[in-house]
Formats: sequence, structure tokens, C-alpha cells
Amino acid sequence: MIRDFEYFAPKTVEEALTLLSQYNEESKVIAGGQSLLVLMRQGLVSPKYLIDIKGISALDFINLDKNEGLRIGALTPHRAIEKSPVIRNGFAVLSEMELKLASVQTRNWGTIGGNLCHADPAGDPAPVLIALNGKLKIASLSGERTVAVEDFSTDYFETVLRHGELLTEIQVPNPPPRTGTAYTKFNIIENDMGIASTAVSITLNPKNETCNDARIVLGAVSSVPMRAKEAEKVLVGKEISDALLVKAGQIASEETEPITDVLASEEYKRELVRVLVKRVGREALDRARRA
Amino acid sequence: MKKELKLTVNGEPYELWVKPRTLLVEVLRNELGLTGTKRGCDSSSCGACTVLLDGKAVKSCSVLALQTNGGDVVTIEGLADGPNLHPLQEAFIDHWAFQCGFCTPGQLMSAKALLDENPNPTREEVEMAMNGNLCRCTGYNMIVEAILATAQKLPEEAK
Repeated sequence: MIRDFEYFAPKTVEEALTLLSQYNEESKVIAGGQSLLVLMRQGLVSPKYLIDIKGISALDFINLDKNEGLRIGALTPHRAIEKSPVIRNGFAVLSEMELKLASVQTRNWGTIGGNLCHADPAGDPAPVLIALNGKLKIASLSGERTVAVEDFSTDYFETVLRHGELLTEIQVPNPPPRTGTAYTKFNIIENDMGIASTAVSITLNPKNETCNDARIVLGAVSSVPMRAKEAEKVLVGKEISDALLVKAGQIASEETEPITDVLASEEYKRELVRVLVKRVGREALDRARRA
Repeated sequence: MKKELKLTVNGEPYELWVKPRTLLVEVLRNELGLTGTKRGCDSSSCGACTVLLDGKAVKSCSVLALQTNGGDVVTIEGLADGPNLHPLQEAFIDHWAFQCGFCTPGQLMSAKALLDENPNPTREEVEMAMNGNLCRCTGYNMIVEAILATAQKLPEEAK
């Protein structure tokens, strides 16, 4: 049963920030509510003040600048990202990720910003955005700051957002030439959150087959989406062979810190990471070669 | 403190006063008596509460009523045209796409949203579009068949 709360529906970012700084610790922000309402119905979250930002249309946008890259407003619904021609053409992995996210109903109302701020380590957008070197713009009454997606979540359901701050924009740089990015997750029921998930981005040298950069990001196997940096080192500076991908998978599985739970044991999750890194790595490499 | 909510449901305008914690499904069922929309799970997982909001399928159990202010809702009660069943409803009957019927309103609303947007989906597209609607009885095949049959049967305007 949801407890009563005082409700505000600001129409601008300025209004929302003023409300946030006024009501401080006793308030929660709601966007699509596809994660928050689940918690509120269970009585796990009972804010005294609810600030409904879903009506701030200025934060619902997808823009591509040929120099600056992709800019997605925090209140853009998942479904818009899934269907955006701009994203399908230049950042297809984002659209593919959205297709695997929950259901059409959830994607119609839920927003990408809401998902990121909810900070479930099994969430789909964060690993992909980290692989794409994404950044987040955060606003408050005293100004703006930018945080790498990689540094945004600090623990289960916790982020670096301070009281009075609002996530406003997701920024994805144009991928360097010869870059391929892919994402997948393992689950029992299609479109459920991953028991383990993996996003890999590989950038090849413009002139040969050497890997200039590799980003391997794992979801659901730690308290935050994590980069498997030791596994990345296996690939960078080398010509990536299948054997190398296998090795990267092995190292990644050792780097993770999964917890045994009702879905799978720690050992099984490590095994999933080992296999997924190899598979997604292959796909990313393929895409880099074709880019 | 109650807040004003103005929305259209199945073509009828309503002006209500609701507590902010009210969910759309509660407005539909309790305030408006439209009990065709079902609460199946209380965990946002089953889709039995699916309605169309401004043409988009949403789970009414997971939308705050006040967020629909100014919006246009279509529920299962709004699918048939008076005594004439919607082609999807006829197809569900012809193809045995329901047994207990509890998930059926949600299935039909999701199916309508799909065909409104994609009048000629592939089987895979149907399965993907419908994966937010769970069913304990039918095993899903008949639901997919009913939707594909409806798509094949009618020109786009009739949907």
C-alpha cells in the first residue's frame, strides 16, 4: 500500500531544482516510476514529498551533433530510444539494448534517466553507456557538473547524486572509427534483468588489426556495473584472436564479485561472465572490422 | 490532499479528485467502475492491467493517476464498438486465445497497440511485443495465432 505524500509536478528544470533543494531529504523524484512505484507499493520507499518530473518536456529529446555526439534527455522514454532512427543508424547497440529491456509497456512510460538514477546493478543501459564512454550531465541550483557513467553508481541503488541535484542529460561521444560495440544479457525469461550481462566495445587501429581500445563492462555481477580492466588489458595493443578473447573471458570472470542468490550460484555467474565476454567480444570485434 | 485529475476514458471526459498516491488502475476500477482492467500481480510483472494511454500500451498499476492528467485512456471496455466486437476480440474467440480470461483484457490492449503501430507484424514481432503480458492458461501460442490472424484478415483502416 502506497503511503500518502505531498505531490508536485514541476514543468521546468528550474522549478524541479527549487523543489528539490527545498524538500531535501524527505523527497523523492519520480519520472516514469517503473522502478520507483514497485518499491513504493511494497512500502520500501515512502517519501513525504514526491516531485513528479515526468511533465518536464524539455528533458525529452534525442539530438545528434556531428562533433559533440549524441545527447539524450534524461526523461526520454526507453521506447523512443529503441525506435529512434538517429540511434539505430549511429548507435545501434543502444536500440538493441532497449529492445531487450523489460516490456513494451515499461519502455513506453519508463525513462532512461530514471533507470540510471535507480542504479540497479543489473540495469541494462549503464553497461552499454559505459562501454560507449558515456557521460551524465547533472544540474542543481548552483550549476552543472558532468560525471562519467562509469563513476555514477557507487553501490546497489546508490549514485553520486547529491540532494538538490537532477540528472538532465546523457552524452555519448561519436565512436572513433573502426569501433564496434555489442551487448547481451543472460536470463531465464526473455527481457528479464540479466543474471549476468556484458557490454564490450572494441576500437581497432585505423591501419591494421591491432586493438587500440577495449572496454569490457559487466552488469549484475557486482554492486555496480563494473569494468573488467584486467580483462581489457589482455586485448589492448594486440591483434585479437579467439584465444585472446577466451583468455579475456577467463580473467573477467575472476575479476567479478557475484553473489549466490535465488537465480544462480556465484560459480555459475562467473561461468556466465566467462562465456559472455568471449561471445560479446567476438561480436564487438566483428562490428569494429565492418565499421 | 486531493488533486484534480482530468482525463478522457473510452471517449468520455472525466473530472475527478484523487489522492496523489492513487494509481491509474485504481481510478479505472474504483472511481470509474471499469473493472475489465485487472490487477494480476501487484509487482508490475504480469501486464494484466495494460491499457492504452495516448495510444501507448502502459501498465496501469505502474502509472500514477495524476501523471495521466489531460490524457486519453482506452480500456478493454472501449475496444468493442457497441455490440460489435473488435476483430481482435473475435479472433481471440475463434483461436481459443483465452481460458480463465483474467489476463485477456491486458493481452487485447497490448495486441491493439501492436497492430495500431505495426499492422503486419511477423511472428517474432508479435512475440516480442507481447512479452509483457503473462498468461497461466493458454501457453501463448493461441494468442499469437489470434493476433497474426487479425493482421492478415483486415486492411489497416479497420484496426
